[in-house]
Amino acid sequence: MRYGSGCDPLCTAPVPAPFPNAALVGPLALAARGLACQRGDRLLFQALDFELRDGQILWLRGANGRGKTSLLRLVAGLSRPAAGTIERPGVHAERRMVYIAHANALKDDLSALENLQFLARLHGDDDGEAPCSEALRRFGLLSRRRAAVRTLSQGQRRRVALARLLLARPQTLWVLDEPFDALDTEGIATLDEVLAAHARAGGAVVLTSHLELTVHDPEPVCLQLDAVAVQ
Amino acid sequence: MSSVFGTIVARDLLLAARRRIDALLPIAFFVVAVSLFPLGVGPEPQMLRQMAAGVVWVCALLAAMLSLTAMYGADYADGSLEQMLLSGESGFSIASAKALAHWLITGVPLVVAAPLFGLLFDLSGPALLALTLSLLLGTPILSLLGGLGAALTLGLRSGGVLLILLILPLCIPALIFGTGAVSAVESGLSARAHYSLLGALLIASGLLVPWATAAALRIAVE
Repeated sequence: MRYGSGCDPLCTAPVPAPFPNAALVGPLALAARGLACQRGDRLLFQALDFELRDGQILWLRGANGRGKTSLLRLVAGLSRPAAGTIERPGVHAERRMVYIAHANALKDDLSALENLQFLARLHGDDDGEAPCSEALRRFGLLSRRRAAVRTLSQGQRRRVALARLLLARPQTLWVLDEPFDALDTEGIATLDEVLAAHARAGGAVVLTSHLELTVHDPEPVCLQLDAVAVQ
Repeated sequence: MSSVFGTIVARDLLLAARRRIDALLPIAFFVVAVSLFPLGVGPEPQMLRQMAAGVVWVCALLAAMLSLTAMYGADYADGSLEQMLLSGESGFSIASAKALAHWLITGVPLVVAAPLFGLLFDLSGPALLALTLSLLLGTPILSLLGGLGAALTLGLRSGGVLLILLILPLCIPALIFGTGAVSAVESGLSARAHYSLLGALLIASGLLVPWATAAALRIAVE
């Protein structure tokens, strides 16, 4: 297990204790045991063990091609591990999980609001116009909510995809692949607030980011994939 | 019907309404292809009457193939397909919803347009009815099988060609019984056997093909 200060020196996050704010940390949200992942004929990593508890933010780090996205897809249940197991005790019928991939899953011809409502309806979340508009407002897109996604910038598209987090039920497991990608400072600050509030409310987050995380309450736990990479 | 099923069908219809030109392409192809036959083979009424059912059916089949590559391709590329598969709904339901949406967008207009083209070929009233009924039973089979082909060829570079090679042979029974129904009526026989066989094909593909499609989608996403 390689958490926080247990990470190798490449992990430059503010050094957290193995379980920061341990008093607030809740039941197990996600556990991987002896996990190995294969892409094509290449073994990306093996013998990976980690745990994520409710109230924690897990930050996956590693060089390009280390298998961060592949690990998130394993966690989301979109692919199967080459070895080992993943437990998600909190995820019932996969509905208590939000997976936001690198692709935003938005349709160019629909408006921001229609896209958000479709995704919410698909996952059984509240798809009313009021909560969806409110979610878009939090991400600064209220005035653009009727605009076709085709006309939005990359960063704005990312914001629409992320607005879905605000519609998800509390205490879900959030699996986010490079959520800060294409976001400006203001967008990063909003996402930081949303992530921190979710964790404090007892939700769990696992994310990847090339940028230093600026969310500090709770302090993210770092998992360095370079250390388990198969050379 | 689950809410996810309805949600996917409604979204696909909305998307088709937003991209009307793309949605109209198969039906435009059908209209043009069917209209070219009398010009190509000559205006002999007897000959046109004889080949009407075959021409309309083959053109409907090809028109249905036209829009298949886009059926899952766009959802696969932009990540929507992953979100659908993570919705907790069964793959069977998702594949059925996509096939139904495809049929509503391409199949129904073909069924509606077919009698007009039957008239163009001087078909009799009962034969027109048989043509429409056989297309009504047959076009959903094309959408279901087409969905399977689209799912199997997802992410392949020359998927379009492979898709047609895979799916056309599977569509041949529907084509034979569909045109057979019209020929039977034309020669004064009952077409009930043909309808029964088409109906049986429809039920069998409705029950089995979405399973296979769902499995293919899971493999494509993994």
